[in-house]
Amino acid sequence: MTGLTLVRRIRARPQVVFDAVTTAEGIARWWGPDAGPVLVAEAEARVGGRYRVRFRMLDTSEHESSGEFLEIVRPERVVMSWRWKGGVEDPGESRVEITLKPIPEGTELTFVHSQLKDEETRRSHTEGWVGALDKLEALFAAIPVA
Amino acid sequence: MVNYKARLDRTFMALVDPTRRAILAQLERRDGASISELAKPFTIRLPAVMKHLDVLADAGLVTRSKSGRTVTVRLRPQPMREAMEWLRRYERFWSSSLDRLTAFAESKEAEIRRRGR
Repeated sequence: MTGLTLVRRIRARPQVVFDAVTTAEGIARWWGPDAGPVLVAEAEARVGGRYRVRFRMLDTSEHESSGEFLEIVRPERVVMSWRWKGGVEDPGESRVEITLKPIPEGTELTFVHSQLKDEETRRSHTEGWVGALDKLEALFAAIPVA
Repeated sequence: MVNYKARLDRTFMALVDPTRRAILAQLERRDGASISELAKPFTIRLPAVMKHLDVLADAGLVTRSKSGRTVTVRLRPQPMREAMEWLRRYERFWSSSLDRLTAFAESKEAEIRRRGR
């Protein structure tokens, strides 16, 4: 599956973006869904190295996610496993892929978060997923909320 | 926890197949159809359609009820809502995180340039 895909064009060179993604100091500056603080940021950016991020949201709830760096190609690509710590809705381990492409104004960042962690399964379903999710979106939009 | 994950997997797996999505789309247009009505637009045979319906029913995406000799298939949207919720939750999380990442990287870049690379 391609899961969730997001693209950002950033006015900074890939090296700078790469460091922001793979160092504890960098992660501490942006990780989290709102302006709440990052409380803990640890990252050992090598294949097999771990990272851990704990942040507090503005509603005072605290969340922690952690995982392992699976691929690191500086300054082009980072793949990491990812999971929430605890939490009643822990959906298990997932996979985050960040690809950095140099463009004239800086860097194009492509972010993919997929649920299926098994590479083989993932590959075999990639095609189906894209369409499935488009259709899902359309179907869902058409269904009145009960 | 495990159930939630297993349910999501089943939902997404069920939705991967184009025939199954077409069946759901039909049910979305008119709720409650017989199996032969559902099979009509497809070139595949009835047993194959039944198999697809089994997968959809296992994922909780359709229900089947029998009255006399007719089986009526109905859409059950809850698992799709759950799947959408999964996507939305992560989208919210990452979208704002990446906005912050963008702002941070751009300020870093500006700083480097001010210092003359």
